[in-house]
Parts: sequence; C-alpha cells; structure tokens
Amino acid sequence: MSSIDLSTTYMGLQLKNPIVPSAGPACRDVGSVRQLEDNGVAAVVVHSLFEEQVEHEARELAHFMEHGGESFAEALSYFPEAEEYHTGPDEYLEHIRKLKEAVEIPVIGSLNGVSSGGWIDYARWIEDAGADGLELNVYYIPTDPATSGREVEDRYVEVLKNVKSKVKIPVAMKLSPFFSSIPAMAKRLDENGADALVLFNRFYQPDIDLESLEIFPNLQLSTSASLRLPLRWIAILYGKVGANLAATSGIHNAEDVIKILMAGADVTMVCSTLLRNGLGRVREILLDLGNWLGEHEYASLEELRGSMSHRATSDPSAFERANYMRALNSFT
Amino acid sequence: MARRYVTVDGNESLTHVAHKLSEVIAIYPITPASPMGEFADLWSAQKKPNLWGTIPLVLEMQSEGGAAAAVHGAIQTGALSCTFTASQGLLLMLPNMFKIAGELTPTVIHVSARTLATHALSIFGDHSDVMAARSTGFAILASNSVQEVMDTALIAHASTIEARVPFLHFFDGFRTSHEVAKIEELTMDDLRAMIDDDLVLAHRSRALTPDRPVLRGTAMNPDVFFQAREANTPFYRKTPEIVQRCMDRFASIVGRQYNLFDYEGVPDAERVIVIMGSAAEPVGETVEYLNKRGEKVGVIKVRLFRPFSVEHFIAALPATVRSIAVLDRTKEPGAAGEPLYEDVVTAMFEGPPSGRTSFATPPRVIGGRYGLSSKEFDPGMIKAVFDELAKESPKNHFTVGIDDDVSHTSLDYDDDFSVEADDVYRAVFIGLGADGTVSANKNSIKIIGEETENYAQGYFVYDSKKSGSMTISHLRFGPRPIRSTYLVKKANFVGVHQYQFLEKYDVLKYATEGATFLLNSPFGPDEVWDKLPQELQETIIKKKLRFFVVDAYEVARETGMGQRINTIMQTCFFQIAKVIPPEQAIGEIKKAIEKTYGKKGEKIVKMNFNAVDQTLANLHEVKVQAAVTSKIKRQPVVSPAAPEYVKDVLAPMIEGNGDLLPVSKLPIDGTFPTGTARWEKRNVALEIPVWDPEVCIQCNKCVIACPHAAIRAKAYGSALLSDAPPTFKSIETKAKELEGLRFTIQVAPEDCTGCGVCVHVCPAKNKAETRLKAINLEPQMPLREPERINYEFFLGLPELDRRTLKTDSVRGSQLLEPLFEASGACPGCGETPYVKLVSQLFGDRLLVGNATGCSSIYCGNLPNTPWTKNRDGRGPAWSNSLFEDNAEFGMGFAMTHFKQRQFAQELVTKLSDRIGADLAGALVSAPQKDEADIYEQRLRVEMLRQKLEPHKDQPEVRQLLSLADFLVKKSIWVFGGDGWAYDIGYGGLDHVIATGLDINILVLDTEVYSNTGGQMSKATPLGAVAKFAAAGKPAKKKELGLLAMTYGNVYVGQVALGANDAHTVRTLIEAESYEGPSLIIAYSHCIAHGINMRTGMDNQKLAVQSGQWLLYRFNPDLVKEGKSPFQLDSRKPTKRFEEYAYLENRFRMLQKTHPQEAQAFMQQAQKNVDSRWKFFTGLSELYEKMYKGNGN
Repeated sequence: MSSIDLSTTYMGLQLKNPIVPSAGPACRDVGSVRQLEDNGVAAVVVHSLFEEQVEHEARELAHFMEHGGESFAEALSYFPEAEEYHTGPDEYLEHIRKLKEAVEIPVIGSLNGVSSGGWIDYARWIEDAGADGLELNVYYIPTDPATSGREVEDRYVEVLKNVKSKVKIPVAMKLSPFFSSIPAMAKRLDENGADALVLFNRFYQPDIDLESLEIFPNLQLSTSASLRLPLRWIAILYGKVGANLAATSGIHNAEDVIKILMAGADVTMVCSTLLRNGLGRVREILLDLGNWLGEHEYASLEELRGSMSHRATSDPSAFERANYMRALNSFT
Repeated sequence: MARRYVTVDGNESLTHVAHKLSEVIAIYPITPASPMGEFADLWSAQKKPNLWGTIPLVLEMQSEGGAAAAVHGAIQTGALSCTFTASQGLLLMLPNMFKIAGELTPTVIHVSARTLATHALSIFGDHSDVMAARSTGFAILASNSVQEVMDTALIAHASTIEARVPFLHFFDGFRTSHEVAKIEELTMDDLRAMIDDDLVLAHRSRALTPDRPVLRGTAMNPDVFFQAREANTPFYRKTPEIVQRCMDRFASIVGRQYNLFDYEGVPDAERVIVIMGSAAEPVGETVEYLNKRGEKVGVIKVRLFRPFSVEHFIAALPATVRSIAVLDRTKEPGAAGEPLYEDVVTAMFEGPPSGRTSFATPPRVIGGRYGLSSKEFDPGMIKAVFDELAKESPKNHFTVGIDDDVSHTSLDYDDDFSVEADDVYRAVFIGLGADGTVSANKNSIKIIGEETENYAQGYFVYDSKKSGSMTISHLRFGPRPIRSTYLVKKANFVGVHQYQFLEKYDVLKYATEGATFLLNSPFGPDEVWDKLPQELQETIIKKKLRFFVVDAYEVARETGMGQRINTIMQTCFFQIAKVIPPEQAIGEIKKAIEKTYGKKGEKIVKMNFNAVDQTLANLHEVKVQAAVTSKIKRQPVVSPAAPEYVKDVLAPMIEGNGDLLPVSKLPIDGTFPTGTARWEKRNVALEIPVWDPEVCIQCNKCVIACPHAAIRAKAYGSALLSDAPPTFKSIETKAKELEGLRFTIQVAPEDCTGCGVCVHVCPAKNKAETRLKAINLEPQMPLREPERINYEFFLGLPELDRRTLKTDSVRGSQLLEPLFEASGACPGCGETPYVKLVSQLFGDRLLVGNATGCSSIYCGNLPNTPWTKNRDGRGPAWSNSLFEDNAEFGMGFAMTHFKQRQFAQELVTKLSDRIGADLAGALVSAPQKDEADIYEQRLRVEMLRQKLEPHKDQPEVRQLLSLADFLVKKSIWVFGGDGWAYDIGYGGLDHVIATGLDINILVLDTEVYSNTGGQMSKATPLGAVAKFAAAGKPAKKKELGLLAMTYGNVYVGQVALGANDAHTVRTLIEAESYEGPSLIIAYSHCIAHGINMRTGMDNQKLAVQSGQWLLYRFNPDLVKEGKSPFQLDSRKPTKRFEEYAYLENRFRMLQKTHPQEAQAFMQQAQKNVDSRWKFFTGLSELYEKMYKGNGN
C-alpha cells in the first residue's frame, strides 16, 4: 500500500495526500496541529480570522475601558490602563508564526473579511506571518431586493482581485453554493486569478427557539450525506476551470474521499469527523484509502481523479438531474 | 538627562517620585488618594524600576490601618517604604504613626488632604485630616501645586532618610491631586543627586534582623517612659535645618528654591497672610496684583508645618508687618484657634530663641477659616482678608467664602473681583460624563502644554450622581505657570456639549464679555436662535458673545462614534479658539487619538480621524440677533409643587448655586428630611419604557429589576379610574388573589434613566411581532408630559393593604410601595434593585446603617436623597457612619432596639393594671413575624397610647410613651459593598454575627471596590482584572457565606436577582424574620465589570448557571424542626465558566493584555468552580445526613 502515490497538488503546493483539515476548531492550537501532522494530514487550513470579530473586539475593548469613566469624582476610570493590548489580528498572526515553526506541512491561512481595506491588509499580514496559502472565506447574504445577483458576484470577484494584487502566496476562494450559475461564477473567479475553489462553506444558520421566540444561529456538523452537494458541482466543474478544486462538507471516511476525488477534487477537507471522532480519524481514513486503492489496483490518485466527473462519466446527465426526477425515473 | 515638560495631575506627579524612591509600598484605595496607589501598582506591574534598579513591591492591604502597619513592619526591617492616603484613611494610620515616629524610622506618608467626615462625609479637600495627625511626631510638609508635589515629594524622601523623623507630605485633595498641569519632570539624575546612599545603608543597618538581634516595641513603666520620650528631641530640633538643606540642595540641582516658610510680597509689607497648601498660590497672585496697585501686602507660605520652626518663621516675616491673618483650612470646634493660627500666635508671643525680633511694633495676629471641603477660595475672598487686616479692629476667628448669618463670623467679599491677567486664556466646558468631554479636555491641555510654550491647567468638577452626570471642565492656558487654584469665572470660551443643559442651568454665567459660546445643538445656525431660552438670548446679547453651533451627535452618528462626541467638540474648540493654529491642532488631536486608541485597534483610530475630518463642515457661526425673541423660559429645577424646604435649600444646590446658601439654611447636626428625590425631575432618559397591557403577563419582573423605582405596578379598584387621565392605561388583574381589581404598570418618565433593564428582563413577547415585548422603549420627549400626568395620578391611587398581598412572591412584593426611589446610581445599577426590594418589604419599619461606598453615595449624597416615606409618614431611617465600622454601627442600632424594647416591655408589664392584662400581655408576647402581626401590634400600641394618655405626667408612663414605638419590631439592616464586608469591615462583621443579636446584613457584592473606581477586593474572582490586579487576580474569591455558616446560628443567604428573583425575595424575607444575625450576599453586576448595563441581569444568570455564583440558604431555624439548615438552591452548572466570564471586560481584558495567563486563569477558575460545586453539594449531603430523621 505504501507504493500507492497519494500525492496531489493544491494551489501550487505539493501535498503528500489529499487530506487537509478545513478551517475549524481542530487547527486552533499548535498542539492539535502537531497531532494532525503526526496523523498524516497533508496541510492545514487555520481557523478563520474574522475581520468583523477583530474589529468588534477592539471597539468593545475601547468602549468598556472608557465606559463610565470621567463621570464621577471618585471613579475616573474602572480599569487599569495596560501598556500593550493584543488586539486586532496579532494573536492570529502569532498563531500562524508558531504553526510554521512547529510543523513541516503547509499552513494555509483563512480570512473572513467585511471591508475592502480589511481584506487587503489582513491578507498581507497573513502572508507576512509565513502562511503558504490563503483561503478567502466570502459569504455575503443579500437582504435588499434591489441587490442583483451580478452585484453579489462582483463583490466576490472584487475581493479576489484586490487580494491577488497584493499578495504573492496562492489564494483560494471558499464559496457558498448559492449562485444562479456556479460554473459561471467559478469561471470568473478562475479568470481573475483564484488558485483554488473550495466548495462549499458551512456557516451558522438561523434557528428559532419556540419558547423564547428568539432566533439563534448555530452550526450543524455535517454527515456523509452532505457530500452530495460538493460532489455534483466538483464533478461539473472538473476540467472546466484551471483552479484546483477542494471539497469540503460531508467528508467523513475514505469512501467519501474516494468519491469526491473521482468527481474531480484535488484535496478533501475534513472537519466534522475530527470533531466527532478525534484527530486520529485522519490516520484511519488514510489507511482505508490506501487499502481501497490497493484492493482496486489504483497506483496513484491521479488515476482516479475526475474519473467520475461530469465529462468523464458515462451518464453526465445524472449530474444534471434534480433529485425528484431521479426518483420518478426509478419508480417507473 | 534633560528634564522634559509633562502634563500630569498631582497624584501622578507625586507617584513619579514616590515609586522611584521606595522598595515596598503598601496601599489601600481612598478618594482622592487612590490614583497614587494605582499608578504605583501599575508601574510595578509594568516592571518599572526604582532608583536602585529593582521593581518596588506594591501590595494592597485590607485597610489603611493595615497599610500603615505593613509600612511600619517594612521600615522596621530596613526597607524604604511609603504609602498614600487621605481623610479617614489617615486616621486609621494614626496608631502606627505614633509608633513609627517614636521609633525614629524614616518613611513618607503622602496625603492628598481631604475633609474628615463629621456632620457629613465629603470627598473633597481640606486640612482636617492632616491636622488630626499633627501630634503623631511626623514631620509635616506641604506642597501647593502639581509641580511642587513632585519637588516636595523628593525633598520629603531625602529629608526623612537623613532626619530619621518620618514625614507626612500633603497637598490639597482634588484641587492639587486632580488638577492637570504642565510641569517640569524630575529625572532619575535629580533623584540620584538628592538621595544619599550612605543614609539608605544606615537605615538598613538599623533593621531588625536575627543576624544583629535587638528588641523594639517594649513596654515601659513610669520610671523611664518620660525620659525615653524626651530622648529623641534632638532629632526634632535638627529636622528643620535638614529640610532646609535638602531644599537648598534641590535648588542647586533643579533651580527651584523652596524654604521652610516662603515669603512673597513687597519687602516693606504691612499686612501679611500666613497660609498652607494650594490656596497660597492665589494669595501670591493677589499679593502681586495689589502691590502693583500700591498696596503693601505679602504672604507667608508655610511648607514645613511640623516641626514648626519659630526661628525660621519669624525670620521670614518682613520687619514692617503690622498685622497678620493666619488662614486655616480646617475647623477645630472649641479650640482657642485653629492649629496654624495657634502656632503663629505662639511663635509671635514666644519669639525666636535669640529673643530678638526686628518688628517695629509687635504685629497683631488674627485667624480665620476658609476652603473647607474644597470650598472656593478666590482673589475676591483673599482681598477681603487683606481689607480686614487694614481695619482698626479686624474680626478674629472669622470665616471667608461663606455667608455665616448665624454666628456672623464671615467676611463680606466682592464676588466680581478678579486678578487674572489678559494673556491667560480661560475656557469652560459643560458636558455629560458619558460624552467624553473631560477626556477631550485633558487631551487639549496636553496638546497645548506639550506643543506650545504655554503653561496649561485643567480642573474638573463632577456631579454627585452617577447616572446622567454633568461635568464642568475649567481650563487655563498662559505664558507663565498658572497659580489660579480656583474655578474659572470669566471664561473667554464656553462650550456647552449637551443641549438639554440650556433648559436647566445658567450655562453662560461663566462667559466674560466678548467671549465665544459653542453649543452642540440639534438645531442648525438658522433655527437655533429661536429655540434658546430667553435668559440665554439676553446673556448672549448683553455680553456680546460670538455664538457657534455644531450638531456633534449627527457627526458622531455619521462616523460611527455613537455617543462619544469628545473629539468632535475638541476639534471645534481648536478651530474657533485658535489658541494654536487649527491645522496644527488637528494634527495633534490625531496624534493623541493614535496614542490613545492605536494599541486597541486601527479601526477605532480611523473612526476618530474621520470624526475629526467631518467636524468642520458642520461647524457654523450663528448670527446673533439684536433683541430677545424667545418665548421659552428656563425651567425650574424642581417642581413648583415641591415642599418649601426642597425649593429653598435643595433647589439651589441642584442649580449649582449651593455656595450661596447661608449657614442658617443648613442643618446643625447633618439631619435631612427624606422623600426629596422625587422632586428633582432629572429627565436624563432619551427613551423610556412604554407598557403594552395586552401583552403583559403581570409578572412584575420589570418592576423588581428597575434600579431607580421608575417603573411601578399597582392594583386598585376600577371605580378609581373615573378620574384617570386620558392616556392612563389599565387592565384586569391576572392574579387570583387580586381578582376584580385593575392593574397598571406605570413609568416615572422624568425619573427614569432609560437604562432599558426593564425591557430586557420582560419575558412577555408580542406574539404578532416578536421584536416587541410587554414594555418597549420609546422617545421620552413626546411622552414626558402625558406620562408625567399619568404618573401623578398613579401615585395618587391607594396602596393595597399589605396584609392581603403575597409578599413572598415577585408579583406580590412588587405591588408594595417602594420607599427608595430615583437614586443617583448608575443606569442599570445591579445594587439598587436589592435596596429597593428591602424598602418594599420592610420599609415602614426599616432602619439602615450604611457602609461608605457606592451605596452610601446613592443613598445619601446631596442634594436629593432617595429614601422616602409612605402615606402614614413611616419609612426608612438611614445613616452612614464610616467605611470600616458599619456592622458595629448597625449593631448599635440593634442594641438600642433590643434594650429599649425590653425596657418598654418591662414597663408594660409593670403598668399592666392601667393598660389591662390582655392588652399588656399581647403587647409583650404577640408574635411579629409577618405583615398581619405588625399591623396588629401597631393597633395595640395605639390603644396603649390612648390608655396611657390620661396618666402621661406620671414618670413611668412618660417613659413608656416615649418608648412605645419600640414595641413594634423594627427591621434593622446594615448595607455595604464587598470592600467593606470582605476587607476593611470584615473583623466587625464577623464580630457582629457572632453576637447572636437580631440584625440583617446585606452585602451588595460587586466583587470590586466600585465607588473608588474598581480596585481589587477579596471578593474579586480569580483571573478578573481590577486596579491593583492589572495582571488578573491570582487568588480566588473568599467564601464569605461559608465562613459565616460555621457559627451555626447565623442565617446566611447567597442570592442573585437576575438569576432567580423569587429566591431573592424569599431569602430576604426569611433572613429578616430570623431572630438572630442574618447575612445576605447579593450578586450585584456593576459598571466596573465592563458590561452592558442593560443586560446585567443576564450576567447574573450566567454567573449562576456556570456555578461561579451559587445560590443557597442556611437557616438555623430549620434545625429546630429537625431539618438540615443548609439548602443549595443552585442547579448543577450548565455553562462553562468561560461562557460567563468572557461576557465581561474584567475577564476578557486579560486575554488582550496577558493572553497566556488568561488561559491559565480560565482553566484554574473552571477547576475552582468544579471543586466549589463538589464541596457545596457534599456539604448539602452532609447536613442532610446529620439531620435525617431528627424531626421524627
């Protein structure tokens, strides 16, 4: 099994295998990332730096340091003023620096920005901190009916162009599936320099508490069933864009990995399975992957990549049908 | 090393030297000295070294007594040590001071001199504290300005180490401690040159050490004590010379010459004032002014008050002097004269040791008092003293600065007299605490002080209320050091940063003719004129003012600044005033923004920059019209319906004219009526709650949570609605026990602070539109008038009979009338809901002793106080003794009550023939456990009075009639914060609960010294940042309740209203009815936690859900029933400590300053929570086991 070549290329980075933990809690501390490396991951995507959160925390800190001060003669302030605050992205950038020192595998930063200035500055800082690549996690929810789909798409392209013009490291775009035409969107991003497309991001979604009548956002962990969405679109995009394709969402075992690679992914990103089963899960997946490839006489990943893609499969229309049609067909 | 100019306040100026010249510093917070300890602690935390290169060890003690003892121990063992204090704190140090001086041990106690509490507490400045220490044997050295504070501190440290006599170095609280000024900063080289290391080593060689063992602190007998007491006399004789030598050395190094007694004036002066402290500066200023106009006057500034060198004093006086006025900033009732006066009289009588003086004729000496509690002392008053000295028969023992129409001691003075030079620019800014006006002004002083040749001075006057408080900044800039230590009265610039002040205050009284007036106005340059009150238009025209407006809130909104209009108004000031070129000023403002916010985040910096850039386009000059056109008149500060006392005495204080009240208007013994707060209509809320009866579930949670009793509930008969105002809302009651009655939730629109706590805690949502609740905030302005009428009508509705209510529930308790209302506590305060609840449950028989702190301020700071009474005229009686003694003070109440009730019962028994056996028996032994019992007992007392009336001249009957009210059980409480209960007052609290007397103790636990600005107490939780714990508190919180439980006969309850309001109500009732000591520890969220005060009740809930704050009760009465006394009322924690802690800046801040330590603290804190839970559940099981079956 060791003779099977699991290597892959992603955003110009040579990876020893296709398993990369996605931006999530598993990459929050150096110790865990070391363990992930020991368990065989090929690279890590560090948890996202949320510009909005960084700015919010800074404003909050400034507010509460002054709040109530200079109002009452006995209490002109309520907190000791510190010489230094680790606000802004310092902590995050320090984390990247430490990871680079601690592990051999490539470290990919992840950025969730809100302002045009923020995307550029933070991207540059992440590059300066030593990241080997950068994932831009863009998720824009239009609520104004006057905002057209094209405008939303333009935002994504603008962000990408801005960042690409300022950093030298490869840049991936992590997308949501909510575009009228994913291939067209993918093509535009590809043309504007995206080194990879990560399909698709999972964000907090709103829920309603029936007792308190309040909305509360939460994040549901994925299951293998979630794989279907990226599977379809990776299969469709394979060969149509130059950017690498990363699959995220629903990859829980070696079978999921194999399926999505067959659809055309260059790397597979894992998260929920690590949260559920621990970091050792990577080793199991890699072992199973090797075994399966061996049993099925594949010599390398290259052999199977894209083998079940839209253009390679015997029945491309299967990727085009919606589920209910399939159900009707199978009934008849 | 070159000296630089810095712009600092007196406290920082002082600490700059004291920290560098100490190895060990023991501290304790007290206004206005706290910042000295805070700077010292912060600089050590920042690893700033002292003169010898090591970082001073700074430790907070449990009281000033503790701090003095720690210093005593430190210097006895050879360390260089100092401490900082004021007022009562200095009094607590006195016993140690006698010891320290008796043992000839060098140290310096730096005192920002503050009034001692007598008929009232005052946080402001005078010399009553310092004068109380004058017999300790400490040398006493005064400094008069921010610059002198730094210089004299060095002279004090250098002198003590040489003289071995300990020093008390003082400067005026607030006037100097809090004045911001441009000064020349001493360098390490200066300090090095002044401190002789041989003397330091000599001090160390005298240390107590087992390596060279000696014994000190012996007990002496009559044979030798006296002689030994005289043995150190030579040291005191030498001290003045040593100090003068240090002053001379200082002059040779730094260039500023000081003398033990500094004379300023013409050499042939005939009239001289002798004075100490900051007031000496304006006297010097006035002397200069008068002499230029041909008078012959002078001033002696006393620097070394103890040991008093008669020789140096006489030598300092001009030989031509004919009359001397000695001014004391203290009052010693009953003394032949005040202390400095007495010393001067003695000196003049005694003469120098040589016996020779050069006076042509012996001068006449008179004495007077001035400036108590920071009372203004200005050139008009100073001139009055000189004028008095010129009289044939001047008044002795006079007062100046007040109108004493009782004892007629006061001197008349010209309020308009001014000596201020034309080249000094004067500005006054009136703002709100929350709008950043003071910060901006401090920054402007820094800019002008540090970027120009000008000297600068800033002094800030704050409101006595914590919600919606007004600040007045007094700024001066000029080419010479500024000596005017009094408020600006003739300003070249007046900035009013809040439009609503125009409605209430005469804001332009500060403006001089031709001055500039800047107003933050929602109305533009074309419409504002007609919106101004008549009085204001008149002043603008009469004083020929230039008038500018800016809509700062609009600029703030547009640029994301929220309520912070500081940089916007500051930019306007520099643009209009042109004290420096506006472009340069804007550059400097931006530099300051960068400095302040740069380390907190770039975005904040950009936001502020943007606000500055957007300001000028919104600044407009208003064309002043030739005539008054307005129909609007300034509103009276209290309602016309207020009692005469409120209108005559309290209203002038509210208007800022309290200085004009004559002596006869004030009480002789500090007694004030209650029920006054309701008359001051503060109107500080921008939005107020509006009730939706259809959605309301009538739970009364909004009422119990309201910190200001500004939202109330009432149930009443429907017939009463016939006179209701048109917009008064009413609905059927939902509670079964109130069936048939109508129900109303009513807001007090003018008392509400708009904190929004009520809306936040409201559990009832509008089902059709879930963003709405049963109460919702709406703009106050349009609601003010109709709701004022509704509130008046609501107050007029009768209260329900207390006996019919289920007062042990939230709903029932909140139908009780609150007898604590409209306090000046912070909006959203976490303490006052408990205080209000106590007033509702027990208010008509409540007696409260209150420890000094936040609660004593919002309960008792003038002008208006929140305690009130019911229709029968009954209500809480309240008093504050001190900080440290509150449990004992309350114990005195309980002792009186116990004894006089017992005496009354004895008399009832004795007189039972006349009273009737049944009534007498019931009066003595009827239970008084609940409202019905109390009601019955009151009826019995009334009957008793009627029966005894015919015999009222008999001695025993007279006695009984005067004690009869004691037959009704009073509810005796002591309130205080955690600083009192856990730290300074713990010894007393512990003793009081050990006595077994019936007393109730409510600890309003904010886990920090809130009132003095957030210093760590033993209640502060592990990992929280507080002052004196900048790197997070390393020790865990003391379990006060657990300690009290060990007595077994103390009722202990730990509550958190936001987590379980019903539990809080029940616990208070149980505690009160327990006939023995009760201790209730109440979680009180606080502005010092760095939280959103609107959602403070959520913080309480999370504290409990995370297990950080446990709810429990320990009721010794249950033992009698064979049950376990301990009841753990908290459920198993469902949240992690982190989920609670990181909602609060006090914990979160550590992540930003010490991220690694923060992580370790979080882990440790979680472990503590887990083990506490284990311990308390174990305790519960243990008690259950102990008492299982005992009841059968």
